[in-house]
Amino acid sequence: MGLVMGTFSLQSKQVNYHKDKADDDLEMTMVCHRPEGLDQLEAQTNFSKRELQVLYRGFKNECPSGVVNEDTFKQIYSQFFPHGDASTYAHYLFNAFDSAHTGSIKFEDFVTALSILLRGSVQEKLQWTFNLYDINRDGYINKEEMTDIVRAIYDMMGKYTYPVLKTDAPKQHVDAFFQKMDKNRDGVVTLDEFILSCQEDENIMRSLQLFENVI
Amino acid sequence: MAAGVATWLPFARAAAVGWLPLAKKTMPKPPVDNSSRSDEILYVNVSGVRFQTWKNTLDRYPDTLLGSSEKEFFYNEDTQEYFFDRDPEMFRHILNFYRTGKLHYPRHECIQAFDEELAFYGIVPEIIGDCCMEEYRDRKKENQERLAEDTEANEATDAPLPPHSTSRERLWRAFENPHTSTMALVFYYVTGFFIAVSVIANVVETVPCRPPKGRVKDLPCGEKYQLAFFCMDTACVLIFTFEYLMRLFAAPSRCKFMRSVMSVIDVVAIMPYYIGLVMPENEDVSGAFVTLRVFRVFRIFKFSRHSQGLRILGYTLKSCASELGFLLFSLTMAIIIFATVMFYAEKGTKGSTFTSIPASFWYTIVTMTTLGYGDMVPNTIAGKIFGSICSLSGVLVIALPVPVIVSNFSRIYHQNQRADKMRAQQKVRLARIRMAKKGTTNAFLQYKEDRALGDPDSDNTALCVKNRSAFEHQHHHLLHCLEKTTNHEFTDEMTYSELCMTESVGFRTSRSTSLSSQQGVQNNSTGCCPRRARRRAAMRLANSTVSVSRGSVQELDTLHIKTTSIASQNRSSLNAQASDLKLNCGEPDFTAAIISIPTPPANSPDESLPSSPAPIPGILRNTRARAFTHETVKISSL
Repeated sequence: MGLVMGTFSLQSKQVNYHKDKADDDLEMTMVCHRPEGLDQLEAQTNFSKRELQVLYRGFKNECPSGVVNEDTFKQIYSQFFPHGDASTYAHYLFNAFDSAHTGSIKFEDFVTALSILLRGSVQEKLQWTFNLYDINRDGYINKEEMTDIVRAIYDMMGKYTYPVLKTDAPKQHVDAFFQKMDKNRDGVVTLDEFILSCQEDENIMRSLQLFENVI
Repeated sequence: MAAGVATWLPFARAAAVGWLPLAKKTMPKPPVDNSSRSDEILYVNVSGVRFQTWKNTLDRYPDTLLGSSEKEFFYNEDTQEYFFDRDPEMFRHILNFYRTGKLHYPRHECIQAFDEELAFYGIVPEIIGDCCMEEYRDRKKENQERLAEDTEANEATDAPLPPHSTSRERLWRAFENPHTSTMALVFYYVTGFFIAVSVIANVVETVPCRPPKGRVKDLPCGEKYQLAFFCMDTACVLIFTFEYLMRLFAAPSRCKFMRSVMSVIDVVAIMPYYIGLVMPENEDVSGAFVTLRVFRVFRIFKFSRHSQGLRILGYTLKSCASELGFLLFSLTMAIIIFATVMFYAEKGTKGSTFTSIPASFWYTIVTMTTLGYGDMVPNTIAGKIFGSICSLSGVLVIALPVPVIVSNFSRIYHQNQRADKMRAQQKVRLARIRMAKKGTTNAFLQYKEDRALGDPDSDNTALCVKNRSAFEHQHHHLLHCLEKTTNHEFTDEMTYSELCMTESVGFRTSRSTSLSSQQGVQNNSTGCCPRRARRRAAMRLANSTVSVSRGSVQELDTLHIKTTSIASQNRSSLNAQASDLKLNCGEPDFTAAIISIPTPPANSPDESLPSSPAPIPGILRNTRARAFTHETVKISSL
């Protein structure tokens, strides 16, 4: 009887030990990051102080620790696009925001990217878009990268679309894109080709102005 | 949609710039956000306590009172603040919900008061955070159980019998609830009295009385006053038999009654008497007869009908049966071990009482329960050592059962509750996720149809459009951009499956599909946008060769009949409702739309439609069927 009770008590002690280790790990992850001063951010971006204040309040509320990691990104996007799977696109977008490749987006990265997208010049916007498409950051967009991006975008649409989504729709889309953008037909699109082709397209130019009033 | 997501929407919209070079079509115009850009601080006065918060904070949850335009009803122009005549203590928690996104339940508050506050502010209790959810559910369940008990008790005792109950039902009810009528109460007490009398008689029977004249030995009273005791026993048994037969007669389900515990006890209590009557008075079977008389003591269990406590005890033991069984098994193991050891330790000594291992069992039990009668005592040193170990371990073992039973009882009880809670929470969580997803889908599809209305109904569109929050506008615009980028449109599951079928199969005789789609699924209301539905239907016609099966045509005819049967006097009122309904289309809770398909087409049309033109929510119908009717009956979602 005593032996039995002894063995039971030994087992419970081990469980407690594991729990303590988990608590330690938890404490380590509670890192807090504070952004630079408001004046500096105002100088670096095209936002006014008030706008930065509103942005930061929202940001801080969502991420008290001051950084956004990729999982949060994916969650956010999956809530905006519930029909399909937004995780791949969120991954590419995260990399585009996280220009320093630290694995997390701080408020400065966030605001810098927003400043380009909403208040930047046409050149800056197109460059940002180019960086988004150029997954491996080698300065060229090749067909594989483009196909990945386009497929990620189509994934967000989900299954139930009208007209029915065909399996080669992304490929066709990519081919059309390259037809338009790749001027010298070398199979890759460089930044200059990209900007030139976009500037020629009136639709794109007009649409770029649409998003100015987002904030 | 979750609150926090609203903060990220501007960023997601900005990121849509990344789609522009890919877009196959031009992007739609973004919604115009006329609201003031700068965030303002709102003042909320709750019974004199002034709260201040950013407008954005409240806008996070547009489907609550504070987040929607409903709060304008509470706006006080003179003091430029929103005044609520509610509990300020509770409001603190409500406001914290907006701020942090988590609703906490204050433990010191009454659960009903809290629920009422939540209902007032339009917050669903399911949003309560995990930290407080368990407490909330515990209290809520407790409260509900208490209320249920109260109402049940009230109903059970005071509810009047249904008017046409037979005498049998009345009799059964009298037996089950003695408080209903005086007769039943009298019977209840009489039987109780006779149970007591019978038990006391059984006991007194065996007490030695003074012997009658001429005898020396003391006689048990039972034999001295044999006739008196026999008469008393007969009387009791007669009453018990009568009661048992009455219950058997009145029982709604006789088989079930006969198998119930109480009836078995009744039978066991009265059987010995009858067997004793039948059996002849000879010595051979008198031994068995005596055994039977022992069963008379089971009459005492009849008291459990009269006592709630006994019943609860019985239930406790029953629920702890497995634990008790295991305990008994481990005890048996210990007894066998110690008995064996003691036997072999004491084997050598002369005149030892430990004659065999079974004989040692008695010693072990007596020692372990610390009784120590002293009829069996070890003599050898080894025996004494093991004997002392036995008694020490016995102390430990005896200490175990009592807390085990208690803790088992409370563990089993709480375990059941927790399992149910977890299952309910899980279901709620999944349901919430599913509902949220469907909600956004339906809302966006609705948005597209509203946009397609075009200029002729510009006033109505504007009104309709205004009722949606800026957040929803922007979100829908974003989704629209994605559609234009990929040159594909979002649809719902149903239309998609239809499209799949039209494209694969040419001829459709899908009467069943049209029926099923009618009875179906969450099709959002298209009440405001008949033109769009017609256009979609036209497109579908173009796609498929035979798009309308005979079945649906038949339904169409009946529907057509229905629409024309709405007399003209109703039409105008329905049209007058149209403007209201268009405004209603801004309701965000499409998922809550309950599709009440009226009666199947076989019913007469007059009955199936509401006759009064009052704003009764109408009928929700399939777009497909409705598209073909030219009288567009405008309907709103429930």
